[in-house]
Amino acid sequence: MRRAGLALVVALILAMPFVAGDYYVTLMLPFFAYSVILLGLNLLFGYTGLLSFGHALFIGVGAYAAAFLTSKFGVMHLEAILLAAAGAAVLIAAPIGGLCVRYVKIYFAMLTLAFGMLFHSFLLKFYFVTGGDEGMRVLQPFLLGFDLSQIPKVRFLTRPFYYYSVVVLAVATFVMWRIVSSPFGLCLRAIRDNPDKAQSLGVSVKRYRWYAFVISAAYAAVGGALLGPTTGQVDPNLAYWTHSGNIVFMMLLGGFANFFGPLVGALVFIFLQDTVMSIVPYWRLVFGAILALIVIAAPGGLMGLLDRRAVSWGEKSRQGGAPP
Amino acid sequence: MILRARGLRRYFGEFCALDGVSLEIREGEFVSVVGPNGAGKSTLINVLTGLLKPNAGRVFFKEREITGLGPVKLCRLGMARSFQLVHIFPELTVLEFLKVAVVSRLGRGGRLFSSLARDREVHGQALEVAELFGLAEKQTTPAKHLPQGDKKLLDVASAFALQPQIILLDEPTSGVSTREKHTIMDILVSASKRIGIKSIIQVEHDMDIVFGYSDRIIALHQGKLLAEGTPDAIKANEVVVNTVVGKKEWARRA
Ligand SMILES: Nc1ncnc2c1ncn2[C@@H]1O[C@H](COP(=O)(O)OP(=O)(O)OP(=O)(O)O)[C@@H](O)[C@H]1O
Ligand SMILES: [Mg+2]
Repeated sequence: MRRAGLALVVALILAMPFVAGDYYVTLMLPFFAYSVILLGLNLLFGYTGLLSFGHALFIGVGAYAAAFLTSKFGVMHLEAILLAAAGAAVLIAAPIGGLCVRYVKIYFAMLTLAFGMLFHSFLLKFYFVTGGDEGMRVLQPFLLGFDLSQIPKVRFLTRPFYYYSVVVLAVATFVMWRIVSSPFGLCLRAIRDNPDKAQSLGVSVKRYRWYAFVISAAYAAVGGALLGPTTGQVDPNLAYWTHSGNIVFMMLLGGFANFFGPLVGALVFIFLQDTVMSIVPYWRLVFGAILALIVIAAPGGLMGLLDRRAVSWGEKSRQGGAPP
Repeated sequence: MILRARGLRRYFGEFCALDGVSLEIREGEFVSVVGPNGAGKSTLINVLTGLLKPNAGRVFFKEREITGLGPVKLCRLGMARSFQLVHIFPELTVLEFLKVAVVSRLGRGGRLFSSLARDREVHGQALEVAELFGLAEKQTTPAKHLPQGDKKLLDVASAFALQPQIILLDEPTSGVSTREKHTIMDILVSASKRIGIKSIIQVEHDMDIVFGYSDRIIALHQGKLLAEGTPDAIKANEVVVNTVVGKKEWARRA
């Protein structure tokens, strides 16, 4: 049942460039990028119990890595760019995470927020390197060694880059699935549920939290690097704290208790934002209301609602089948 | 000698909760720590297991100094504990809960990409402990949905799953009816034999349990060692009986 659902979704995604208009196909590109980011963010929150309010920092690291490499260093291979983005994020996240995981709950959230703000100011102030609030250009990268610059931009985005992003997301999903189903993943959930107990069972709480932090930062950076080629442009807003808020919103919208929940959240967020923005100028107002509604009425997010449905359906059918 | 402590002192601000306590635990011993509320029993357990650092004094485990080592390191060396208040992982199933302990003991927590579900060894060992504690039938139940008594049992069982040499149990049967207490104590004793745990230290208020199961009793009062000795010696010790049990209570039982 679950497998069939997943297969259907994959088939739809693969068919989309041939059945949907270019506009909607390009809307899927940020969805793939945010999905990678959210897989990482949810490892940290849903599985480890740490809410980062500064993850836009690592999105920024990835996006600017793509910008620097393509427009300053002439590194055009997207594979190399993604690896470099992940590597840069690991280097930056290691010391930051080492400090942040000593704190939990609101203190952890505030510390990550603080680092996010620092990085944002850095991007603005060092304008001679980063272009300040103008940002930087991201040149069209090579995919698997192929220079596709002779293809029109829209065509590039809706075909080769689209499928490239799908593959990156598939690999990222597979790896994350392995991580959460590993002994390490179990330890993370134990830490989330009760760090004192986990520690008394010999689980190195801080060390594992740190691993989770660094992994999630690498995911954010890979997603960030994928964001660049779509717009051809990066700017400090990518690293601004409201952007951190947006991805937390996506995660809550879809439901962090479910592996795929945050991805559903990203999809709904992106398409809803697009629709609402075209109708009313105050999309934040609408989104604020939705967020409030979710927290109050559906703390498990959209996937939580689905799950509850499934449970009650299952119970009903079982009751129906059992003798009185 | 498996565990030895000398002159342990621990302050909370100005208040001295543990005031120069020394003790020795031999291999194969079942030792109960008794004392009125606030005597410092939990503080003693917390200091011995590295959760709290002592302000003074030293602790030795098998003649190796372990003062100041944290719970994770002590766990590796072969010391396990359970808490006075139930500590569970609410979202984990019974089997997953026990697997945390097994994974930790086998040093497999750092395996990021291997499949936990396919790890037969971890599965088998976790299931074995579940069976020892009569929790096997509930292995897929999330811990949060267990009745209170089973939560406590699971909490204790996970410490046993570490296969420690010494285990320190802070009121393993608190919040359980007297009849169930005996059942649980029997499970603990037989499980520790099966697993090969050498010594048990438990904090316990129920004097029937204390006298029934202990080789030796340590009585604390106001952070100080009040007395120690065999159950018979403690029963005959009027000071202990008065402070720990209360005269009236003792008369009622006699
Ligand atoms: N973290 C703490 N901060 C301040 N005071 C504490 C702390 N922990 C314990 N105490 C105090 O130290 C004293 C001893 O506490 P402890 O928990 O060791 O007692 P206990 O013998 O286990 O009692 P009980 O039978 O109620 O469990 C108590 O007076 C308690 O209030
Ligand atoms: Mg206590």
